[in-house]
Amino acid sequence: MKLYLKIWRQKDANSKGKMVDYTMEGIEGDMSFLEMLDVLNEDLITKGEEPIEFDHDCREGICGTCSLQINGRPHGPDTRITVCQLHMRRFNDGDTIVIEPFRARAFPVIKDLIIDRNAFERIQQAGGYVSVNTSGNTVDANAIPIEKEMADKSFNAATCIGCGACVAACKNASAMLFTSAKVSQFALLPQGRVEASDRVRSMVRQMDLEGFGNCTNTGACEVECPKGISLENIARMNREYLSATAKG
Amino acid sequence: MSALLKSSIARKVVMALSGLFLVIFLILHVTINLASVIDPETFNVWSHFMGYNVLVQFLMQPILIAGVIVHFAMGFALEIQNKRARSVNYVKFKGSENAPWVSRNMILSGAVILAFLGLHFYDFWIHEMTYKYVEANPADPTRYYEETVAKFEPMWRTVLYVISFVLLSLHLWHGFASSFQSMGVNNKYTPGITKFTKIYAVVIPLAFIFIALYHHLNPVMH
Repeated sequence: MKLYLKIWRQKDANSKGKMVDYTMEGIEGDMSFLEMLDVLNEDLITKGEEPIEFDHDCREGICGTCSLQINGRPHGPDTRITVCQLHMRRFNDGDTIVIEPFRARAFPVIKDLIIDRNAFERIQQAGGYVSVNTSGNTVDANAIPIEKEMADKSFNAATCIGCGACVAACKNASAMLFTSAKVSQFALLPQGRVEASDRVRSMVRQMDLEGFGNCTNTGACEVECPKGISLENIARMNREYLSATAKG
Repeated sequence: MSALLKSSIARKVVMALSGLFLVIFLILHVTINLASVIDPETFNVWSHFMGYNVLVQFLMQPILIAGVIVHFAMGFALEIQNKRARSVNYVKFKGSENAPWVSRNMILSGAVILAFLGLHFYDFWIHEMTYKYVEANPADPTRYYEETVAKFEPMWRTVLYVISFVLLSLHLWHGFASSFQSMGVNNKYTPGITKFTKIYAVVIPLAFIFIALYHHLNPVMH
């Protein structure tokens, strides 16, 4: 398969980037998208050129680091997958593929296709946890009965891998789906209810401070989320926030 | 309060509440307008009541104008913030693959509706204010029907009104149901709300279009 690639190259955070064209031949359909980039990098290194920096870790769809916008969509043309789960058989011989980093003011580019997603970490640190006494008298979480529906919803919210596809897909670069998943996974459980009001206030405040945009309910985030996190979580966070604010 | 309004969620709730208020107002507006098609006399009576009742004029009217201003001002403020949230744009961005056109272009449909409101206020509100308070004309409870029909005589105005109502329909198509999501309502009633939104977004603007065209082609008056 012969492919024409247009890839964002940027020396460092302070430099201005640009799209650079590459032509690749002999690409097999069974290669993953990241393997295709590995091959391209081997070629570049052989030629003595600077390889393209891109994030990757687990290569099995759970780490969420492969933050690439491929042909205008986060993680490429398919839904419910990350880039490492995207295979070259999804493309045709002669295709042009545009590869860019996820774009948001809160996700500055570090180099080439690598972005800084610490904004998500700071939102998580603002309240995305449950304070538990670990002095030896900790109550076993499984000793508290939780109805199945709540447990399932909480688990579904907790499957968010923090990849940032929601922000990348949103026309407003809003982080509401990510933040709401992290709020919901605790808000739905009795262990998380204790700190629910402080949590939602702190996490929303941090989300706003990071400079993400506002949610306009387009639903793009839900479509592009590799884990299928539902918009229900955003509505839940809105409820939690309004109720926490009313309590003062 | 100002600290609360700096929160993205609170701002969205303000958008949702002001939007829902305007959605409810549209029912009142279209009901009165429909009277102009069914029974001109009733239209005159209702219009005169709306124009001279103290509560309507000095309580409801300012609240309505405030609602309009809040909805538009907040809408544009949020849009500016949203644009800032992506300082470098994508070379390729396929928004149509994951979100409907109406939801991605609320600012466009909103701006057209705002421009329309400028014309609409000039046509009716400024005219009324001038008639009553500047020229201080005596109350005439029979003038409204003829004035309304006369407004729709020119083709250009009718066309502009019809285009604006189409954009209003698109705005409501997303905005009505979206306001419930912004206020935290996403439950077993959501499919019903979405269905009702689609019916509302078609029926109300279509009624306004029908009224404008009816008066443009009014067989009795022209």
